[in-house]
Parts: sequence; structure tokens; C-alpha cells
Amino acid sequence: MIKFLFDRDTWQEVFDSFSKNKLRSILTMVGVWWGILLLIGLLGSAKGLENSFNRLFGSFATNSVFVWGQSTSKPFQGFQEGRRVNLSLTDAKKVEENVEGIEFLVPRNQNQATVVRNFLSSSFSINGDYPLLDQVQKKNLIHGRFINQNDIDHNKKVVVISEEAYKQLFEKDEMPIGEYIEINKINFMVIGMFENGNVNMGPTSDMHIPFTTFQQIYNQGDQIGWMMITGKPDYNIKQIEEDAKLLLKNLNGIHPKDQRAFGSFNLGSEFAKVTGFLTGMQFLTWFVGIATLIAGVFAIGNILLITVKERTKEIGVRRALGATPFEIKRQIVVEAVFLTIVAGLFGIITGGWILILLDHLFGQGEDAAIVNASVSISVVFIALVILVVLGTLIGLIPAFKATSIKPIEALREE
Amino acid sequence: MLKIHQLNKSYPIGDSSLHVLKGINLNVEEGEMVAIMGSSGSGKSTLLNIIGMLDEADSGEYILDGLPIKNLTEKKAAVYRNKFLGFIFQSFNLINYKNAAENVALPLYYQGIKRKERQEQAMFHLGKVGLADWAKHLPKELSGGQKQRVAIARALAANPKLLLADEPTGALDTKTSHDIMAFIQQLNDEGKTILMVTHEEDIANMCKRIVRLKDGVIMEDVKVTQDRAENYV
Repeated sequence: MIKFLFDRDTWQEVFDSFSKNKLRSILTMVGVWWGILLLIGLLGSAKGLENSFNRLFGSFATNSVFVWGQSTSKPFQGFQEGRRVNLSLTDAKKVEENVEGIEFLVPRNQNQATVVRNFLSSSFSINGDYPLLDQVQKKNLIHGRFINQNDIDHNKKVVVISEEAYKQLFEKDEMPIGEYIEINKINFMVIGMFENGNVNMGPTSDMHIPFTTFQQIYNQGDQIGWMMITGKPDYNIKQIEEDAKLLLKNLNGIHPKDQRAFGSFNLGSEFAKVTGFLTGMQFLTWFVGIATLIAGVFAIGNILLITVKERTKEIGVRRALGATPFEIKRQIVVEAVFLTIVAGLFGIITGGWILILLDHLFGQGEDAAIVNASVSISVVFIALVILVVLGTLIGLIPAFKATSIKPIEALREE
Repeated sequence: MLKIHQLNKSYPIGDSSLHVLKGINLNVEEGEMVAIMGSSGSGKSTLLNIIGMLDEADSGEYILDGLPIKNLTEKKAAVYRNKFLGFIFQSFNLINYKNAAENVALPLYYQGIKRKERQEQAMFHLGKVGLADWAKHLPKELSGGQKQRVAIARALAANPKLLLADEPTGALDTKTSHDIMAFIQQLNDEGKTILMVTHEEDIANMCKRIVRLKDGVIMEDVKVTQDRAENYV
């Protein structure tokens, strides 16, 4: 069989019967070509969407949860219900030390404040932050730097502002770094400016100042506004959330079943919903692609059946000249597989072109809808294997049809 | 060379059956040139098909070159046909998308002979039928006589023991018929055993022996003095 496949004559025969019916062969291949094209095109686009989605959230640790304090809803340990719950740095430290699977825990604070510069003023949200924030919620800095440990240690009066804030407080083309702005009547030096991301999770953040500075100017003491927890890759963020909340309830004298004492937003599970949708879309793509492919392969089988009918006499002659039924069958199956593979390869190539085109149309720039639309080699390989298998199976039908008729009857056919 | 004993064949037609060959006995020696004659429906084509292993007898014996031909599988029949028999058809039956040389090489392909050797042999046989210059032409570019000569070259290609011709001149005009017959006679002179079905008296007379069939039985089996075709050319 191997020898047969590498025999020049085999392919000469295939090529002869192909060139004899060029138009029909090409029309036959359209079905499979279209199927593969769809499969590659759709899978590539789905991948592109996923990539764009990932890029959107790329600066953001998606495996994370925000936890903040609310009011208790159950009396416990002598406390009345409706007690205001405040989280503290001590709580944060305890959670970080005791809950399994935490990668980072970022305590944060926020306040609204009027910010003045020269004659311009506006209200902004001011965040007290640690340098760690940059790790879990990557700030895309246009100028300068983010808060560092030195700023924290010395309660420095420095601020990192958003591009939005810059636009409201500065003239066009003005360099913000090193300039001073007034927050709550205190001068802060601008050390960095970041670009607003496409997706903002959690409260909007216009300005970031060192956490310690925030504590000082707002007289916060140990209190924190909320904490952002990111989980290690192998850990379930839902579980971390529950563990952290339970520990916090324990630390703050809250009833373990109190559902309202702490508020939280689990980004991990929200994110999972979207990725689930993407997975579903990919499954749908495979389904549609393969179904189309099967239809295409059936079209090839159908046409080959007609071809075999037309070539009855020729097959009769060949058998009179000494072709065994196996040789006839083999030839027809090879033709079927050859047609499917050629059509498939064209489909893969044109599918690639479609993806290139999509990339040119929608894949350029920062906020592209489709990023790097592509299919992996393994997908292409799987598609080809499916084609070969289907081509062989479908080729068997006309092959058996061709040899089911006796050579004498085949010769009589006009 | 060829021994046939009490050969019977019938075809079912609706509920009844048509008895086409009713106990045929026929011996053909090596080097003979036999014409099988008969009106249509006499069973001559059926006989040729059975000899050609394209059809199988219901009962009786058929021995080809000492080999009993019985209960052949399709595969075995194909191998025997390829090895022992050369076919010449009335309508030539060339494969229309293959050129003359490729058509001639086809039986050799099924013998598993290497491409190069096949081409050489095909060219040799085409040369023998005088069409070496037409090797690259497609059948549609050839005249009827040329087509039949390509078909003869193809039948000869596998060097068969027995040449079977089914009305080889049936589709040709008189002059071309005589050309072809002269050629077949020449093959016979070289020692090939030839069996042909015809209904033309003058063609039959160009053979060395005439077997007349009527309603499935042999009416007459005579040796004749061969009428040389080249006399008419």
C-alpha cells in the first residue's frame, strides 16, 4: 500500500481522471473547501475575540475578588444587628497569613476630594494605594512612575493621576510630571500619569496617592476601604472568598451565617461566565465547521458516484485488461481522498487569507475587536485527519458501486 | 491450448430462462485462427465471453492451457485475463483520456511492471502495428483503423496466449477491415492463437477454421483454406 501511494502511476491515474473532468472536480471540491474555510475562519475569529478579551483584561488579575465591610444583619456576641463593619490593616494581614491560595492581598482606601490646580478644579476619587496595586491591576503609565515603597515609608505627598484627570487639570501638551496639584488643600507632586484602561473593575480611580499618606491626611488609622485579593492560579477564587469572609467574621465578632456583613465582588466568577461563553462559541464553531465539512465530503462522494456511473464502461475495459476489483476500488478511494485533501488544503490557505484580512480590517490598533485571529497547527492537523478519514469512508461507496457491476455488463454499457 | 467440453449457459428471462449454449464442445490447438460465426442470438458472443472469463458457464468444462477455469473469484479472473488473454473489441474500447502509448501500456500496469519498461514495451508494440509516430495522440485524434490497431497493440502488450476478438472489423469499412485482417493474419503467422467472433463471411474466410453456431449448438466446424487479406489491399 505504501508503495502504491508513492507510485507515480497512481497519481498519474488520479491526475488523468481529474483533468478529464476539471470543472466537475472543482465544483465537487467547493463543498469541502467551504467547510474548511468556515472552520478555519470561524475558529480563528473566535480565537481573535478571545485574544482581544484577554488583552482587555490582561492588565487585570482576573482571578480576584474584592471584599468590603457593610453592616451586620444578625446580632452576635452581645452586639446588636446593624452594626457598621470596618475592615482594618490587621484584618488584611490576618487574611493574607491564614487563607490558603492567596497570591496578593491589596488593601485600598478611597475618598472623594476636590482637586485644584491654578484656576482649575474638579472632584476626583482619591485612592490610597500600595505599590502592589500595579501588580494586580497593571497601570499603563504614559509618563513617570507608580507609587513605590519609598513613598509609602516616608508618607510622601506624591500623586499618580489618570489621563482623564490630566485633561481636566492641565493645558494641552503640558508636562504634568513634577507639577503640583492641591488635594484637600494639601500640595501633591505629580509623579506619574496613566492611561485609563478599557475595562475598569471596581471603583473608578482618578488619582493614586501612597497608602500611608492617605491614612495620614484622612486620619484613617488602621481602617481600610476594601481589600482586593488575587488567587494563585491553581486555587478556586470562590473558595478563597468564602475562607476570607469567614475569617473576617471571626475576627470582627460577626455571626458566621451573616450574609450582609461583608460585600464582595468576585471578578473570577464573572470572568468565568464570559470565558464560558467563548468556549461555547468555539464548540459551536467546531460543530458548524465539521457539519459543513461532512456535507462537503458527502458532495464529493455523490459526484464520484456519478463519475463511476459514467465510467462504467472504462472500468469494464480495465477489468477486462486485468484490473482486480481491489485495484479499481483503491483507485477510486485514492481519488476521493485526493479531492478532499486538495480541497481541504485550499480551504486552509484561503481560510488563512480570511484571517489575514480580518486582522487588517479589525485587528489593528489598541482597542481592536479581534486580536491575532489565528488557528493552531494542531487544529489544522486535526481537520486534515478528519478529512482523510471522511474522504476514505465516503470513497468506499462509489468504489463498491464500481465493482459491484460485472465486467461483462460494464462492457455492454454504452 | 483450449478445451471446452459440454458447456452450458442460460440466462434467466423473467420467470423462464433462455438456454444460450447447449453443450458446446470445442478444441483449439496452439497457432490456430478460428472464426466463430452465427446469426445474432446464436450464442457466439456468450461463448467468447466465457472463454474470455468475463462470464461463467453454468456447467461443463473449460480448460485453458491445461488450467481448469472454474469458480474463479473476481480477483483470480482478473489475473488470468491479464496473463493469458488479449481482448480486441468491436468498438475498440480505448480509454479516451489516455494517449495511444498509455492505452497500450495499461495491461502492463496491472501486471505491476515498472513504468519505464512499460513505456518501452508499449512503444515496441505500437511500432509493430505501425503507429509509433502516433504514440502521443489521444484516441479521438485517430481514425477507426488506427484505433483498432492501438487496441490490437494493447491486446498484444501483455503477450497473451490467446487473442480474443469480438467483431474486430465490425465498425470499420471494407478496406480498413482488410488492413486489420491482414495484420491479424500476420500475428497468427507468428504463432499467436486467435479466436474471433464475426458474422461476415469474407472475414471468416480469412481464418483457418470456421465454427458455426446456431441456437446454442455447433452446426459446423470446418478447416478452410485461408484467404489472405493482403490480396485485397
